Amino acid sequence: MRFDTYNPEEFYDELFEDPQSPRPQGQGLVESIHQLAEGELLQRQRAAQEALCKLGATFNVYGETEGTERIFPFDVIPRIISAQEWDYLERGLKQRIHSLNLFIDDIYHEQKILKDKVIPEELIRSAKGYLPPCQDLNPAKGVWCHITGTDLVRDRNGQWYVLEDNLRCPSGISYVLENRRVMKSTFPQIFRKIPIQPVDEYPSHLLGTLMHLAPNTSNNPTVVVLTPGIYNSAYFEHSYLAQQMGVELVEGRDLVVVDGYLQMQTTKGLQRVDVVYRRLDDDFIDPTVFRANSQLGIPGLMEVYRRGRVAIANALGTGIADDKVIYAYVPAMIHYYLGEDPILANVPTYLCWEEQQLQHVLANLDRLVVKSANESGGYGMLIGTQATEAERQDFAQRIQDNPRNYIAQPTLCLSRVPTIVGEEFLGCHVDLRPYILYGQDIYVHPGGLTRVALKKGSLVVNSSQGGGSKDTWVLCQEKNA
Amino acid sequence: MLSRVADSIYWLNRYIERAENVARFLAVNLNLILDLPTRVQQQWQPLVTTTGDRAFFKEHYGEATAEKVIQFLAFDRSYPNSLISCLQKARENARSVREIISTEMWQQINTFYLLVTNTAEDLTLADLNSFLEDVRQASHLFAGIMDATISHNESWHFGQIGRLLERADKISRIVDVKYFMLLPSVEDVGTPVDELGWIALLKSTSAYEMYRKRSKRHLITPAEIADFLILDPDFPRSIRFCLMQVERSLHLISGSPLGSWCNPAERSIGRLRSELEYLTVEEIIAEGMHQFLDRLQQQMNQVDQEISKTFFDLRSTIAPSSTQWQASSMSNQK
Repeated sequence: MRFDTYNPEEFYDELFEDPQSPRPQGQGLVESIHQLAEGELLQRQRAAQEALCKLGATFNVYGETEGTERIFPFDVIPRIISAQEWDYLERGLKQRIHSLNLFIDDIYHEQKILKDKVIPEELIRSAKGYLPPCQDLNPAKGVWCHITGTDLVRDRNGQWYVLEDNLRCPSGISYVLENRRVMKSTFPQIFRKIPIQPVDEYPSHLLGTLMHLAPNTSNNPTVVVLTPGIYNSAYFEHSYLAQQMGVELVEGRDLVVVDGYLQMQTTKGLQRVDVVYRRLDDDFIDPTVFRANSQLGIPGLMEVYRRGRVAIANALGTGIADDKVIYAYVPAMIHYYLGEDPILANVPTYLCWEEQQLQHVLANLDRLVVKSANESGGYGMLIGTQATEAERQDFAQRIQDNPRNYIAQPTLCLSRVPTIVGEEFLGCHVDLRPYILYGQDIYVHPGGLTRVALKKGSLVVNSSQGGGSKDTWVLCQEKNA
Repeated sequence: MLSRVADSIYWLNRYIERAENVARFLAVNLNLILDLPTRVQQQWQPLVTTTGDRAFFKEHYGEATAEKVIQFLAFDRSYPNSLISCLQKARENARSVREIISTEMWQQINTFYLLVTNTAEDLTLADLNSFLEDVRQASHLFAGIMDATISHNESWHFGQIGRLLERADKISRIVDVKYFMLLPSVEDVGTPVDELGWIALLKSTSAYEMYRKRSKRHLITPAEIADFLILDPDFPRSIRFCLMQVERSLHLISGSPLGSWCNPAERSIGRLRSELEYLTVEEIIAEGMHQFLDRLQQQMNQVDQEISKTFFDLRSTIAPSSTQWQASSMSNQK
């Protein structure tokens, strides 16, 4: 297969500047692919898919029969990011996470940003992610958002935007690590030729971040990963990360609060737990404080947490910053807390709770993307350009019923990467989710998950909505530069 | 290790062993039927009896024909002990301890599961034999992989206990049924059909060759076969052998020496194993084979329950006074 007839068309293509002229960072890859024998690329694509399948790298889809697993489709043509571009993203992400953490800490303490009227107080009070029981909570080392998976996109001009911050339980890192493993065995010769930043250090960094949180009293802390269980859509990842870090994977029913500490039930009796990497939403954590009917949580955990006898990552309450209405204020936060201009831009966002903006949204539903403030995974959204009239009317009603819960953004024309569809290259839209760890310092993992919309023309990249993934290559800085 | 994890590894191995035994029962019956002078229909009924789920079969299938019994034992997803259900549950348990077991074990379970689900789609009677052979191999492969790819630590021992208790239970059931089937008809004693039946019993437990080698008179007699399958100390598919290994694993988990006990599970297995050690087959026959096996099965169930109480279900042992929410947390369990 060759790229001779591939046409980036009017989109921003991550690999090609123009037909037949790859971007500088993509030249090595294009040459290598052209050197492959006829049919070899397709054969390697199949081999890569098979390797992932055999590994059981699956996710579950909600709303289908319980336990239905799907393979996350994988495409072997990588997305490449130059060292220079990455440097810019890294700086932007660090700045953003730094200020988001200050914001969460402020909200659960003095609320200066509300008193100074940078963000309307009413928005916080009405936010689903705001948890009053977390008021005056002091998480270990003052860090709330330990693990973040920020969604980035590029528009038609190649300009980067932050689409969502995902400070609760971002998933996908296991695919990053597995995709890379498979790519290295699929194209070993390309990896020898092109200087690509390795990704394997993530589990060590994650473990380091978690150990850093352990209460000072324990010199050999016990870290666990808390999963909702095997029917959760990201179960594969929970188990994978626990395995890679060599820590226990626990479910709520493995944990109890006894004698004022969080303990897990082992074959040798109870054992104290110091740090919990929870992949469970806030609401479900402790039925005595939050959702009373939660079958997944641990009664009494909140009290142990409040006393600093166990650390939880991410901290309870971080969901406040995941609210899509609050998202619109992140640039203002960066000014407010850091006195800096935001390095990474937000997608322009209309807030339906403001009357004027609401009218604009309702009048332009056919051109906008509407999202509900607290959903994720591509659920609860309307893509105006592709929706039917009936769907738009339904959404108009929903927005009017609860304007606080909706935002709208212009339909971005996402950048594309050539992708093997059938037996040819097709430009498919992508986004990028880098992973950021906040422990002693802020660490941005080089690369992240590139999700790709495999349906022709589709803009939705979520795994639960028919998307696939690609390996993301961040190139190393030239040594003599 | 986590109690839930120990529980899953235990059941994972039980289910794989159970699947293997279902395949063994089916394979032997198929072969036996080919050797019979007249294709006796009722030869399929005892297979259903072995499972202990006659009532379920009768309700869903009615009369026991080859097709129905094969469908029931191998591919019926609504029957919890069918081959396919066992594999599904084994895989589910494996998924919940994916990070504890080795990648090789996980891949083998996946392969095994796919073998069964893919075959369930379109299996002809002609392919059945080779399919059952594949199932047996897949189970052996799993056991071998587990043996060779994870540390022989607590998890391995819990797996071992699950597998061997299941095996002992299945041996007892098949001996029970064959005794019942093969002995009462006085006119068949000593006829070729009779001997074929006993050979089938030995073959279904992979015991034929070892039995021939061990037996002093090289003869096929019901008492000696029972002796071999129940009391032999060296054959891996004898009940006594299985229980000896279960006991050994339990002691390696707790660290207490053999010949003593430090928890109810060790006590019940120790008692049962020593009984078998000093028992003769004559005494078993005097008690009545069925009565004996019935009692044995109950004792093995008790071992299973004690293991579960000692290691898997700690909620019962946490002092209720320290936690007022005890009652609500109980509902967390499945």
